[in-house]
Amino acid sequence: MTSLAGPTQTYGAEAKPRMGFFTDTTICIGCKACEVACKEWNLIPEDGLLWTGESYDNTSHLGAETWRHVAFVEQRKPLRLEGETATVETDAAVQPEPLRWLMESDVCKHCTHAGCLDVCPTGALFRTEFGTVVVQEDICNGCGYCVPACPFGVIDKRDLPRSPDDAPLALPIFGKKEDGRVWKCTLCYDRLKGGHEPACAKSCPTDSIQFGELDELRERAEKRLAKLEAEGWNGAQLYGHDQNDGVGGFGAFFLLLDEPEVYGLPPDPVVPTAHLPKLWKQTALAATAMFVGVAAAFIGGRE
Amino acid sequence: MTDRKPFQEKRAMQNGRPAGTTDWVGSITERGTHMQDYYGRNIVKEPTWSPEIPVYFFTGGLAGASAVLHGIARLSGNHTLARRSMAIGAVADVLNPMLLIKDLGRPERFLHMLRMFKVTSPMSVGSWILFAQSGSAITASLLEWLDVLKPLKVAGEVVSFVAGPPLATYTGALVANTAIPVWSEARDELPWLFASSAAASAGAAAAVFTPTEAAGPARRTAIAGVVAELGLTQVMERKLGFVGEVYKQGEAGKFNKITKACTIAGAGVLALGGRKSRAAAVAGGALVLAGEMALRWSVFKAGFQSARDPRYTVIPQKQRKEARRGN
Repeated sequence: MTSLAGPTQTYGAEAKPRMGFFTDTTICIGCKACEVACKEWNLIPEDGLLWTGESYDNTSHLGAETWRHVAFVEQRKPLRLEGETATVETDAAVQPEPLRWLMESDVCKHCTHAGCLDVCPTGALFRTEFGTVVVQEDICNGCGYCVPACPFGVIDKRDLPRSPDDAPLALPIFGKKEDGRVWKCTLCYDRLKGGHEPACAKSCPTDSIQFGELDELRERAEKRLAKLEAEGWNGAQLYGHDQNDGVGGFGAFFLLLDEPEVYGLPPDPVVPTAHLPKLWKQTALAATAMFVGVAAAFIGGRE
Repeated sequence: MTDRKPFQEKRAMQNGRPAGTTDWVGSITERGTHMQDYYGRNIVKEPTWSPEIPVYFFTGGLAGASAVLHGIARLSGNHTLARRSMAIGAVADVLNPMLLIKDLGRPERFLHMLRMFKVTSPMSVGSWILFAQSGSAITASLLEWLDVLKPLKVAGEVVSFVAGPPLATYTGALVANTAIPVWSEARDELPWLFASSAAASAGAAAAVFTPTEAAGPARRTAIAGVVAELGLTQVMERKLGFVGEVYKQGEAGKFNKITKACTIAGAGVLALGGRKSRAAAVAGGALVLAGEMALRWSVFKAGFQSARDPRYTVIPQKQRKEARRGN
């Protein structure tokens, strides 16, 4: 990881142990209590009630109005590599096919090297004493740079509700907008400050969402994975557990039952600023070349 | 409440397909590995930037490169060209902050851009460059027009000259420093592409507004910029491979074609008739300017198209992962 990627601890004596989530998708039952608890605790606006037809997922993705999102994947794959497995009979004449239903509660990854935080020009995005990444609502000016800078597509700009005063031809400085800022999971910074666990973890009835000190969660996850592997679960793998990955490991990592992209997660995310030192070098070279090029155009006189 | 269209529906419409439908649930990649996705949904988010941004990429480049053209013209004693380039740059520099502020979700907080200086954020670095460059260019231009405070005017010219090339190139770094595949994977080319495009714009604008007997360097700058840009586009598209196919599709593809047609025609007209005929210089310059504006739109739209389709995010990452596993 480069020196340009954000520091994880700048709090000195005030630093707290790094807190995070371990989301064990193997015991998620898709109840969406986390989605609801998150919305209620964080006062997130309604964002449309819509049937997508995509299994039980009518939330579709993380965004400004969704900080926990339960993904549902219906698969013709066995849950376990051997032994008992659910099946579906597509046709009486053929062999029944294996069937499984994967559920995963997705959330902001609170990356060790966070793209959103690195690119934020105002300092609205910052790293808390718990090692989490949070937006300061009173600083964000809605530039939107963090939105395409997140390798996971977590953070987004809130457009709704629009004010009726939001006149199309209003002067930029006076055009009133009710929001226009970016929003994402804060890992319930306010609750953490008060010594409580985040709302989603608190509401999870199966402890699929586990909150705690990251080091401890990592150990717990390794043990859980070893157990699932011994039991022959199909495709069990940790995602975001490796601290040498492109974002330096996640603060909120997962135990999945298939490849990340099946759940709509990037298989090998890299923080954009990992490439920035080289990118700045190219930019400086291009700028210099422009000087030289324009100067060369003056050879040959005025005409 | 004027616009209460459900958020997801809006997002899905942006994604080019109505909510709840999938065009495909898997596809065969070039390498023959089966890729799965989540109901065809995008992984990285499309930028939230409005049309002011590609226009700013154009005007910012125009302002930055015009400052260079102006400075070198001044040093070489070509004061006619220097004054015209200075005025072009000043007009662009008046527009630049307005465009950027208009795009903000909270325009009244535009000064928050100058709360800190962050080298990890090209937008932060760029805000300071723009602050210095546009401030000095506008000041110098006003003082020249009023014909007062010559030392301050010269100081302004020097600052705008030095800050010009970074202003023209940082926007390339800005878009490349994202998770959008078609921008991120072109990080070695985009600053160069934006530099060429900016030089072509400044040269073309100066060729339009300067009498032909003083506009030689401007015409040559425009032509060289176009030639460099055409070469760089080829290099970039080849390097991007299948991720770069968005430059042949949809709106990005349309703008890409307009760019090529306008810049080639414009540079041709400038090269053949620009020296003798002012009319040819104006026509050629205008064509190049139109082409450069289209180039910024093509790059801008390509980013959206690239974010929209999860294949561009997943396949290069899977290939990277597989290659690592192989080692």
